[in-house]
Amino acid sequence: MLYTAVAAGSFRRYATYRMATVAGVFTNTVFGFIVAYTYIALWDERPHLGGYDQAQAVTFVWTGQALLASVALLIGGVGELQERIRTGDIAVDLYRPADLQLWWLSADLGRAALQLLGRGVVPMAVGALFFPLALPADALTWACFLLSTTLAVVVSFALRYLVALACFWLLDGSGLAMISGLACMFFSGMVLPLRVFPGGFGELAQLLPWAAMLQVPADVLLGARTGGSLLRGLAFQAMWGVLLLAAGRLVQSAATRKVVVHGG
Amino acid sequence: MSGAAAAERLIEVDGVEKVFSVRRKAGRLRRVKDEVRAVDGISFRVPRGEMVGYIGPNGAGKSTTIKMLTGILVPSGGRLRVAGIDPARERTRLARRIGVVFGQRTTLWWDLPLKDSYELVRRMYRVPDTAYRANLERCVELLDLAPLLDVPVRQLSLGQRMRGDIAAALLHDPEVLYLDEPTIGLDVISKAKVREFLLEVNAERGTTVLLTTHDLTDIEQLCRRVMVIDHGRLVYDGGLAGLRAAGDGERTLVVDLERELPPIEGVPGARTVKVEGPRQWLAFPAARSAAPLVAAVAERYPLVDLSVREPDIEDVIAKLYAGGDSGPDSPGGA
Amino acid sequence: MASRVAQGLCAYGLIVRMWMRSTLAYRTSFVMMTFGDFVATALDFVAIMLMFSQIEALGGFTLPEVAFLYGTSSVSLGLADLLFGSMERLGRRVRDGTLDTLLLRPAPLLAQVAADRFALRRLGRITQGLLVLGWSVSRLDVDWTVGRMLMVPLMTVCGAAIFAAVFTAGAAFQFWAQDAAEVQNSFTYGGNTMLQYPPTVFARDLVRGVTFVIPLAFVNWLPALRLLGRPDPLGLPGWVDFMGPAVAALMCAGAGLAWRGGVRAYRSTGS
Repeated sequence: MLYTAVAAGSFRRYATYRMATVAGVFTNTVFGFIVAYTYIALWDERPHLGGYDQAQAVTFVWTGQALLASVALLIGGVGELQERIRTGDIAVDLYRPADLQLWWLSADLGRAALQLLGRGVVPMAVGALFFPLALPADALTWACFLLSTTLAVVVSFALRYLVALACFWLLDGSGLAMISGLACMFFSGMVLPLRVFPGGFGELAQLLPWAAMLQVPADVLLGARTGGSLLRGLAFQAMWGVLLLAAGRLVQSAATRKVVVHGG
Repeated sequence: MSGAAAAERLIEVDGVEKVFSVRRKAGRLRRVKDEVRAVDGISFRVPRGEMVGYIGPNGAGKSTTIKMLTGILVPSGGRLRVAGIDPARERTRLARRIGVVFGQRTTLWWDLPLKDSYELVRRMYRVPDTAYRANLERCVELLDLAPLLDVPVRQLSLGQRMRGDIAAALLHDPEVLYLDEPTIGLDVISKAKVREFLLEVNAERGTTVLLTTHDLTDIEQLCRRVMVIDHGRLVYDGGLAGLRAAGDGERTLVVDLERELPPIEGVPGARTVKVEGPRQWLAFPAARSAAPLVAAVAERYPLVDLSVREPDIEDVIAKLYAGGDSGPDSPGGA
Repeated sequence: MASRVAQGLCAYGLIVRMWMRSTLAYRTSFVMMTFGDFVATALDFVAIMLMFSQIEALGGFTLPEVAFLYGTSSVSLGLADLLFGSMERLGRRVRDGTLDTLLLRPAPLLAQVAADRFALRRLGRITQGLLVLGWSVSRLDVDWTVGRMLMVPLMTVCGAAIFAAVFTAGAAFQFWAQDAAEVQNSFTYGGNTMLQYPPTVFARDLVRGVTFVIPLAFVNWLPALRLLGRPDPLGLPGWVDFMGPAVAALMCAGAGLAWRGGVRAYRSTGS
């Protein structure tokens, strides 16, 4: 099937960037250590802050480092797609029989899968080696975490796709992409778990789509979401995924009209 | 530095080699080191004021040679001097005395008007004001740059940009100009303009030019001397005429007969290579005179018209490459 | 040697001016990116403030004290990033072959690579760091004698030199490993993140590592602890706190050697 092939191709392409992967793993691991110690100090002062114990807080750090590349937590666009829109090559893509959004989603899932393996596993293992982590012992929780991570990638992609499509109307999309990347970094929980954010601000942050990218999968992994809460979390991710993908389709058809009418 | 000798031989290359070690995959994880002799002991001299074509298939060692001549790469062996300077040891001192144009890589500033790039050259090379103004004026006039000076480089066409790049390489009065594929991708008019300009610079300024190209028209119109490199060795160094003979080039006698006839036979020293209606092509060694051949044909066949064609330089060079030790695995290609 | 330095500085200035003018060709983009740099670094400090909304002290340090560490480290890194940050693009230049065009110019390669793509927007980080530093100085309970006042700019400049050495060494490493640009982020941006927090937070071995192996501790920890009147967690003799300039000079020399080695390797292999 076409889209599986696209995903597989993307997976293989990212697999060739070996040196970059090794360098990325190194950096993720170093950051993991640094942030883990600051969290330990924070939870020393306030045990059970945000409902986490210290092991859970440290697990949150390493989950963030493990998902950073895969879920593209610092990135606010789809660089290649933006480049194709800028150069006008996108017109060719629009006339292809394949669906543009599905095509790029498949490619992004392929990339994410490779980066989860290539850049996620080692930092997590190093973290587990040096810190007591709250990792689940049962396979079912791990499976739920994988599902939640997949949904996180879908939400992340759907949002970045919208940002990329804005390049049809903006002369230079890099500013918007940057703002989107910053919002993602802050509101995904990468800077600090959203549960630690104070009061109403924290509650609001947990309703935004970025919460679906790191906060929810991390909570699933470290056992802060079980039973009904787990299902609600997954449903929350799925809802944002569907909503944002649908928005992407709307914008996409507007963009297509624009290209067809004005010739790009 | 002996000034007179340096003036005589601006570029001196003696047994220069460049050996790279390349890691090659062998099996899934194992890698073995291979030695690649990109330049394998070449020697030549270029006197001041000469314009030399440097040709060879891709991967033959052309750009490695240029990189050693400009001081980017350090040779693995041999001796090299440009204007009396050892490029590897005194790269920045040499840089002031040479100009380089890479056909596929602009040195101009993408987002700034063309003249800003020239201003940078002036300051970085510390070109005296009067010389700078004179050089710029000449380049602008000969290369038609006047309407382009205020245009951001990104808006220039490929041909305009190449002209801009060549001017940038000449503003500091270099003694040697290296051109790597200066006409690649250009339209016919731009090509002609660039060639004309190079001839002018060479004639007026006595600037020594070393040029690599795939476009043999460049060579035919610009260079009296050609060097051919293949597999890191110089396989030819001499005049353009001699190149034809060296490649055991063949000339062609084209005869128009009165009517269609079977291929001409029995003419000693020639063979028929093509028949098209009443017209036939006979190949014969370039070194031999055509007269006895014509006589022999005229004696036995009803001739209407005839002409002699010189060997095609591309064929000659192709034969030269094939004549080397290159097998089917030669690193040539597109 | 002196003429080479002068030549390098001159080339650096010329190239920087060209990049600044190129940047201003896209004015809106420039303003947005500067603002973005400001916000991106400010978010780090927002996280610290959020932490302090829940606690009184982190690792025994108050918010103004942590802000002092944050401000000094940020300004140092910001300066180094502004002046040398583009060197991380070296691997890309090696890969696409454009490094060769720099080698053809009559100017030291280091100056040209450092000035490459000079990005004035990085003033955003410096501004943000300065604001936090200013706020912390106004809140700190320190007796500001002239000596102590002078120590702040001195330590930021030395810190910038230390970070610049790391940028240079990281770029030199890319002559051998062209895709490894991210590794140096661990020591520059990662180091900066670490230095923003008190050393008491980290494991003793980690603190030893950034004191003796990659001496980032001299950027701000050691001099700042002295200013704040706190003992350093490794119990080093007091004079070590003032070794910043010497350490910076040593690191710059080391980075210079690494750079020379990298250039030599490049010029013998061409890739």
